[in-house]
Amino acid sequence: MTPDTATSDTVTGALLRVDRLSVALPTRSGYHKAVDDVSFAVDAGEVLGIAGESGSGKTITALSLFGLLPHGARVTGSIRLDGTELTELTTKQLRAIRGRQIAMVSQDPATALHPIVPIGTQLTEHMRHHLGVSKAEARSRAADLLQTVRIPDPERALRSYAGQFSGGMRQRIAIAVALAAEPRVLVADEPTTALDVTVQAGILRLLDRLCRDRGLAVIVITHDLGVMSATARRLCVMYAGRLAEAGPTSELLARPRHPYTRGLLDALPHPEATGAPLVPIGGSPPSLGRVPDGCPFHPRCRYAQPSCATNRPEPEPIAPGHLLACPPDPLRAAVSEREAP
Amino acid sequence: MTIPAGAPLDPPPALPSSGSVERRWGRRRRRAAAPPAWRRPLALIGVAVIAAWAVIAIFAPLIAPYNPLAQQFTILAPPSAAHWFGTDELGRDVFSRVLYGARITLPLGVILVISAMIIGSLLGGVAGYFGGWTDNALMRLADLVFAFPGIILALAIAAALGPQLRNAVIAVIVVSWPSYSRLVRSLVLSARSAQYVVASRLLGASGPRILFTDIRPNAAGPVLVLAALDIGNAVLLLSGLSFLGLGAQPPTAEWGAMVAEGTLNFNDWWVGLFPGLAILTVVLAFNFIGDALRDLLDPRTARAMRL
Repeated sequence: MTPDTATSDTVTGALLRVDRLSVALPTRSGYHKAVDDVSFAVDAGEVLGIAGESGSGKTITALSLFGLLPHGARVTGSIRLDGTELTELTTKQLRAIRGRQIAMVSQDPATALHPIVPIGTQLTEHMRHHLGVSKAEARSRAADLLQTVRIPDPERALRSYAGQFSGGMRQRIAIAVALAAEPRVLVADEPTTALDVTVQAGILRLLDRLCRDRGLAVIVITHDLGVMSATARRLCVMYAGRLAEAGPTSELLARPRHPYTRGLLDALPHPEATGAPLVPIGGSPPSLGRVPDGCPFHPRCRYAQPSCATNRPEPEPIAPGHLLACPPDPLRAAVSEREAP
Repeated sequence: MTIPAGAPLDPPPALPSSGSVERRWGRRRRRAAAPPAWRRPLALIGVAVIAAWAVIAIFAPLIAPYNPLAQQFTILAPPSAAHWFGTDELGRDVFSRVLYGARITLPLGVILVISAMIIGSLLGGVAGYFGGWTDNALMRLADLVFAFPGIILALAIAAALGPQLRNAVIAVIVVSWPSYSRLVRSLVLSARSAQYVVASRLLGASGPRILFTDIRPNAAGPVLVLAALDIGNAVLLLSGLSFLGLGAQPPTAEWGAMVAEGTLNFNDWWVGLFPGLAILTVVLAFNFIGDALRDLLDPRTARAMRL
């Protein structure tokens, strides 16, 4: 790890900067925070990972970047995209930003593409809307784009329908559609969950390449830390809508400091550690409105102390670019037993 | 065939005789080779009949032997070489009048259905996509129309607006738009939550744009099928209004009005029979075409209906 990568989220010039973002969603029992005081930043040409279990607020965080939250949601904090405060924009201004500045690839490639509209139309449509290019120009750009995401015979693919492609190909096409209006930030929500492992690797390589070649800022959302290790340079681990730990991926995976990060890693199968049992995290994440006092993770934490049940931990820098929301820091000394032979 | 060692001791399942296998295959092949929907005999008949009527409507002045409005012949003469369909109570040539009638019924039937389709689809799309208050208001309006038997409401509207062909057309449109609204609304509701619609919104599409680019292709097929099946109804309804004196006014040569005239001269069967047959053939032909279109565009219902 070089110092400048570690400090990159303290640099104010980040392309997308989310600061103390909270999102409260209306439920029957009143408003509850699905995202609570989350901050992160991502710069052009960088892949940021956001990890966490289902219900940890990853997707709501992503949707808040687009201003497409469920009806009645309350947002506080700031989301700045290249200096523009997104939380203050009108619906119309947001529409101009969506797709053009920031685009999303969704989880399931089987349903993300329209089944009865040709691929070419889906690609050129947003291009023409946002960029105002001619039909012929859009067509040739679309073919180039399919080439970029490695779809063989792009001309023919433009005339084909989503059903004629395999899952991995569809995800590539969905990425191409998201890139059609040349956004600067791409959010990939569980981009590989519905795919085979071998296809996953291809998609991740593609995201990585797009990020480097086009100077795209990529946010990858996943519950699979294995996916992160290959692509994301920095990683945010979320739990119950809060940031548990954030820092350089290599650091977090090698020497996790938050018990939750550690738990996620222990639950991951490792090809080298044959025979070693996987350690699950006991219990399940709290549902909206039932987040416990103090540290939200303490009921499931192996290292919980009495103070954890009352004091809400704030993310504090423990190293340059490394935030940790766990004051007892039980893993500070036990620097990864995993690495020990 | 040998049973390998270690195979289960159960007797091998009886193989179907080669004959039945062949028969099964034969049937499958026949079904696969069934002519496409647009080439089935009924569809062909429908297209041929409508085409013939279209030619008649366009070239009526050239084909018709006499002026349809000229009252110059023997009153109520039976069919003869000079007057194939006979003459009516005012001494007009029924054959010429039937031919000219096509110029009213065919285009109006099509225009009616297209207008009802456009109005109904737009309202249904808006109701389905925006939901809430808009949806409630529009759908209760549709329910209001559905609550009456179509012909009764059409009668009331036509009578209120005054007996005139234009008003009869308006009346038919008013009673036929709700079925399109219902259909489109349900299609929109099912498509609205689809991932690709969400994806479109994430890429910056506005509500109207999503309706037109993402949802319209899904709705086009079923709506076209409904429209094709509806032309027959529209023609019947319009002729019915004219029959009751609320549509085309004399001396216009309109089939419904001519049938009404026939009922006044019941013993002279040719006055009412021939325009009635004209209505029958047109409605039947449109229904054949509608069926074929449904088979073509909506394979799911088509299969369900064939079972």
